[in-house]
Amino acid sequence: MGNSTHKQTGHKQTGPSPTVSGLSATTPSEGLFSTYQNGHFFCELTNSGAPLDPRIDLLRQRLNALPLDDLRARAAQAEQELYNLGITFTVYSERDAIDRILPFDLVPRVLTQPEWRHVEAGVKQRVKALNMFLWDIYHDQNVLKDGIIPRELVVGNANFCNAMMGLDVPGGTYIHIDGTDLVRDETGRFLVLEDNGRTPSGVSYVIENRHTTLRVMPDIASGIDLMPVDEYGMRLQSALCQVAPDGVDNPQVVLLSPGIYNSAYFEHVFLAREMGVPLVEGRDLVTENDRVYMRTTAGLRPVHSIYRRLNDDFLDPEAFDPSSMLGVPGLVQAYRKRNVTIANAIGTGVADDKAVYAYMPRIIQYYLSEEPILSNVETHICAEPEGLAYTLANLDKLVVKPVGESGGYGLLIGPHATREELAEFSRKLMDDPANYISQPVVQLSVCPTLCETGLENRHVDLRPFAVTGKDTWVLPGGLSRVALKRGSLVVNSSQGGGSKDTWVLAS
Amino acid sequence: MGTGIMTITVDPIATLPPQPLLSRYAECSMWLARYMERIENLARIIDITETFVRSGATDGWQAIIQINADEETFLKAHGQYTAERIISFYVIERDNQTSIAALAHAARENARSLRPIISVEMWAQLNVFTNFIRDLKASDIRPGEISTLCTKIKEECQTHTGITEGTLYRDQVSVFYNIGRFLERADQITRLIDIKYHTLLPSEAGVGSEVDISQWSALLRSAAGYHAYRRVMAGDIRPSSVIGFLLKSAAFPRSLTTNLRLLHNGLTQLRRDYRLLASSNILERVEHLSAVLESQTADQIIVSGLHEFCDWVQSELQQVQNEIAQAFWPAEPVVVRPLQSLPPLEPFPAFSSQTQSHSQA
Repeated sequence: MGNSTHKQTGHKQTGPSPTVSGLSATTPSEGLFSTYQNGHFFCELTNSGAPLDPRIDLLRQRLNALPLDDLRARAAQAEQELYNLGITFTVYSERDAIDRILPFDLVPRVLTQPEWRHVEAGVKQRVKALNMFLWDIYHDQNVLKDGIIPRELVVGNANFCNAMMGLDVPGGTYIHIDGTDLVRDETGRFLVLEDNGRTPSGVSYVIENRHTTLRVMPDIASGIDLMPVDEYGMRLQSALCQVAPDGVDNPQVVLLSPGIYNSAYFEHVFLAREMGVPLVEGRDLVTENDRVYMRTTAGLRPVHSIYRRLNDDFLDPEAFDPSSMLGVPGLVQAYRKRNVTIANAIGTGVADDKAVYAYMPRIIQYYLSEEPILSNVETHICAEPEGLAYTLANLDKLVVKPVGESGGYGLLIGPHATREELAEFSRKLMDDPANYISQPVVQLSVCPTLCETGLENRHVDLRPFAVTGKDTWVLPGGLSRVALKRGSLVVNSSQGGGSKDTWVLAS
Repeated sequence: MGTGIMTITVDPIATLPPQPLLSRYAECSMWLARYMERIENLARIIDITETFVRSGATDGWQAIIQINADEETFLKAHGQYTAERIISFYVIERDNQTSIAALAHAARENARSLRPIISVEMWAQLNVFTNFIRDLKASDIRPGEISTLCTKIKEECQTHTGITEGTLYRDQVSVFYNIGRFLERADQITRLIDIKYHTLLPSEAGVGSEVDISQWSALLRSAAGYHAYRRVMAGDIRPSSVIGFLLKSAAFPRSLTTNLRLLHNGLTQLRRDYRLLASSNILERVEHLSAVLESQTADQIIVSGLHEFCDWVQSELQQVQNEIAQAFWPAEPVVVRPLQSLPPLEPFPAFSSQTQSHSQA
């Protein structure tokens, strides 16, 4: 008998559980959860260890009582609906727009209020430190002078943008929209895997997943009080108004998209709609006298805040890639004259780089004099003698990642490597230790997920989204991505990952 | 009312100044409407022709080629006229820009651009409809099935029109949408008359015969006007009265006069409600068109040259389209600056001193 089933039975004995209305009572031994096992991983729903919140137990009972066919029918209905509504990412072939939905799993992932408060505080702390770090490296560079982080790692970084030097961005905010990738280890501890401080995507799925859940599983969600996710657009719009250039009473915010051929176009549509602002493309904007305007039926109208979903390189052919047709000539000059705000600021990529990531605990310490609330995945910096020694001694247990700007090559997954590969990698490491960091393989947490044979455990991660104008607000929950292949740790949508609704229990 | 403090409640929505509309949205909105009207029109014509041909008359299919002036493109692709090839050409062949498949694709692309501002209902229906059209195969358009398919397409277009009427927020976007729809209807009715008239009229001997009457009936049906015509004109089906009905009936939703009136309303709305004064010149052109139409009877139009009249109307409508584009979405940004002549960005003072200190550090 699986661990989870045992827990559920145990809870029933220790406390009253809310009644399951409208659904037939099913004993755990014959319900959907009867075959579910979370193995040695931390389970997001059966919460290996801690006492179970009665609402999670209620959710599990309700799910357990559903016949598998019923759950499958609802899943099909959800996917059809997502497809018909065009909640899709788009792959363009020669002449067709092929819409694909991000596979959606109906079994929600649930965070309790204390869990969420912890994540929220950690994300806020991190965003604050990242913004202070960016201000510093684009102004006095004390963090470099004080030797907290190697100078070359920052100023030699491909994402470091010289044009940002000395520019005073409104509110000191560089990263207005942040997505922090979190995982949980086998003890249920949240760990930061990566910071996304450029143009993090996925927030539209968080909100649409909630809508879908409530449409196809109203009976399952009924009476379970969740923190709402609908506020995101308003929060974002208000943050973008807060950071508009000084002296503008009624700022015009726009969302700048590469256009309908971009795979994330649906998200751009979604965000523009939720904010109630125009979704513009580069060709809709012009600059004149270092000010930005949009082309309307009534002529040119001023634009003050731009939420851009274009990478730095494409923003302005005059300042960056001259061959890019997606951007707006003169935009960077207007930005430097402080006539327009760009969110996220240009040059934020330097802060979410793998190399800088390794220094984040020290960066948080340096600017805030606080311990990080959310730890990094244990990271060894091979540029430092202890880090290198540890990495060399434990190579077969570690993932070693190159931090160089042309990353992506030369990743070593120790446990999967042959003796020859390990030996060869040791030599590479010793030749150029500064180019590497190493991390243990994290046993990601799992969540029950509808698969071929019923509910099985699949690995999940979590990307909470933070919005920063003058203050930071974090959308309750975040995007839970799920690896749909058995045993796979890869949750990326491009590699067969899906997503789940993420519930944060109210109070 | 006493001497107390008078409170005035102001509806904040009603008092907001008109929101500016992105030029691109106006353009896409207008073309979305035009493409959807074209699809509906084409489906109706294919449907009617199929029925018409099945009931004994021959040669009906070629008229569609003529309406769209597609002789050259068609013959290049297919060599010879057969019912199957013509249907395929107009329903599923994406290489033919006037096919339902190509129009649906274009409608979809415009709707995708408009997604931030059209209703979710509009998008969802369009998405399902255009996916359906995209997936049509040769086996779906066999002669026995084409009528059912056309009926479905017409219904989907009308559903689109209804959803739009019921859900599209009535700001500039909807005005441009309506302008597109009425412009297209005005254009389509003249094309229909022009070609049918030329196809049908030459056979002098046939005037008044049974075949002739069924042909004129088919023309009315192609314009969804058969029963309305019957109500107005009782038993009389003559070329001049059919043409008069299609051109000049103020009550028929697809007549030229109705659509010129609605087009005029739309342009007036732009000028009055949104202060877009550039519509003034365009309004004058539409007024002139209407005046020319109203100043003569259908008989007079036929005598002085129906084809020439239809031609003239079409070219005037094309002008209206061009002038709208010129006024509201000029092709070039207002400020054109060639890249080469731009001065280089001046280096930021803070930046140059910092880099120097790095390199020396």
